[in-house]
Amino acid sequence: MIRVLPAFVVVPLVMAFILPVFGRKGKALATLLANLVTISLLALAVACVGKTGVYEVGNWSSRVGIVLVLDGLTSLMLLAINVVSAAAMLFSVRYMEQYTAKPKYLSLFLLMVAGMNGVVISGDIFNLFVFLEVASIASYALVGFGCEHEELEASFKYMVLGSVASSFILLGIALVYGNTGALNMAYAARAIQQTGINAGLAFAMSLFIAGFGLKAALVPFHAWLPDAHPSAPAPISAMLSGVLIKALGVYALSRLIFNVFGVSVPVSWVLIALGVLSMVVGVFLAVGQWDFKRLLAYHSISQMGYVVLGIGIGALILAKRGNPVWASLAILGGLFHLVNHAVFKSLLFLTSGSVEMATGTRQLKKMGGLVERMPYTRAACTIASASIAGVPPFNGFWSKLILVIAAVQAGFFGLAAVTVVVSLVTLLSFLKVQRYVFLGDLPEELRNTRENKGSMLVAMLFLATLCLLMSLLVLVPSLRVTVLQPAVDALVEGVGHAMKVANL
Amino acid sequence: MLYALCLLLFMIGLYCAVVKKNLVKIVIGLAIMEYAVNLFLIMLGYRAGGTAPIIGRGDLQAGAERITAHFINSAVDPLPQALVLTAIVISLGSLALLISICIRIYDKYGTFDITEIRRLRG
Repeated sequence: MIRVLPAFVVVPLVMAFILPVFGRKGKALATLLANLVTISLLALAVACVGKTGVYEVGNWSSRVGIVLVLDGLTSLMLLAINVVSAAAMLFSVRYMEQYTAKPKYLSLFLLMVAGMNGVVISGDIFNLFVFLEVASIASYALVGFGCEHEELEASFKYMVLGSVASSFILLGIALVYGNTGALNMAYAARAIQQTGINAGLAFAMSLFIAGFGLKAALVPFHAWLPDAHPSAPAPISAMLSGVLIKALGVYALSRLIFNVFGVSVPVSWVLIALGVLSMVVGVFLAVGQWDFKRLLAYHSISQMGYVVLGIGIGALILAKRGNPVWASLAILGGLFHLVNHAVFKSLLFLTSGSVEMATGTRQLKKMGGLVERMPYTRAACTIASASIAGVPPFNGFWSKLILVIAAVQAGFFGLAAVTVVVSLVTLLSFLKVQRYVFLGDLPEELRNTRENKGSMLVAMLFLATLCLLMSLLVLVPSLRVTVLQPAVDALVEGVGHAMKVANL
Repeated sequence: MLYALCLLLFMIGLYCAVVKKNLVKIVIGLAIMEYAVNLFLIMLGYRAGGTAPIIGRGDLQAGAERITAHFINSAVDPLPQALVLTAIVISLGSLALLISICIRIYDKYGTFDITEIRRLRG
């Protein structure tokens, strides 16, 4: 299985450079090829679940060469990325007919997928940076894909902050290399364990928190997200909010904190503070929004807060040498919410795209009564809203429940209360969406609105089904042990994990 | 001392990118930040009086032990140079995209002033 690991990067990368060759006539063929790539990557990601190993690129030993690593956390992230990219690509088949230059869009999309897959499988820090830049540059271009006033402005803003973040990260990597003499995560982890954290490494850690925090849009660093995510075409918004901020931000940050630097009390408190701030500020900014996609974008900030909070509580318990069972429960909540958020937030963005395509507007006040005109989109949107608000049978409920239990067990009663309150405000905000978009009176000019058929419907139904089925990931023990638990263990084992995987 | 100057250059770039109102000046600020990081990487591998990390014919005749000793004592670290090459290529890509977006923005808005380019509200 480990032999196919490079395919996650190579296949979309090669295809990304073949597709622009197809002109206007080859559009159908290009679309078909791009869909084949994303669907086969999804199949490959499913096949990789439960496997671990190290792939040495070009057979150079890991001391001098580049390594790709597959472990529990990597396979969970690969699963999330490729599920969302398959659904978004399927949605694009019809949705992107409104735009010109579809093959170029498909090519940028596949570049972004290659970059994200590369970030999660790479085993050394500099390679992680390279793939992060591949994914980022593709996403900057995709945000500005419409080339209208707002899109260009959002793209520029996103690109400036993204470049600042990349410089921070590169400087941090340089400091790590200067202090440890290694770029491979396992060797760097061993060197840091032997020497301890000195001033240079502490500075590198703060640069990483700022850089990856910017990429993940955690609250003091969130300014670009509410502009950038709504300006992109809907399937790209789904990719950006669904997986890009997680793979480039939260995954990379937690990998470095847990597996390379090792958890420490101050860093854990920073994570908890960032998580709580994002949760509260994001949701209160979302309440006042009347633009459908902008509202969803603010909720992304808030939900990322849950993920970071769970991981932060876990890190704090580990750093204080508390009960590892509690720590793994908190991290389980965070990671499970990460994959859940990938599914329901991308579904919400897809439904917003479907509504926008049918009605031509994103303003909630101009819509209404769409329940009779677009029943399937409505059903999908309701399921996703129920998931994000934490209504019981859906996946979002279970991850939030685990987070609350973990917070209470760790003694953070206040944090548990905040989590519940934020969840209630989220529910209110999505009741507003339901009320203004799908219920109420149908405005005169929307009488002829038609439901979107074909690939868009299939993509939405696929994600809506997952919203229901993913509850099984925690409820069925055998699924939990094969999918979620290895990812949690990868973080809980801490610095030793990187060395264990690399056989040091 | 040199490292502090390098950090100062980084800060100047950051200041320029955050404070300036002109799109092109912001891009220049970002470029300065990237150069500062590249300079820092190069300084990591620098060694006063070092030689290129290449084994010459004279070294080969001297025997394996001699080569190793000579290498450890004099050769500079080649890895940061490879990293800098990669980083330069990456920053070329992102700067080209930034500039082309700037040109598109100028076509649409007719200005480079960022205070006049704000249709998106917070």
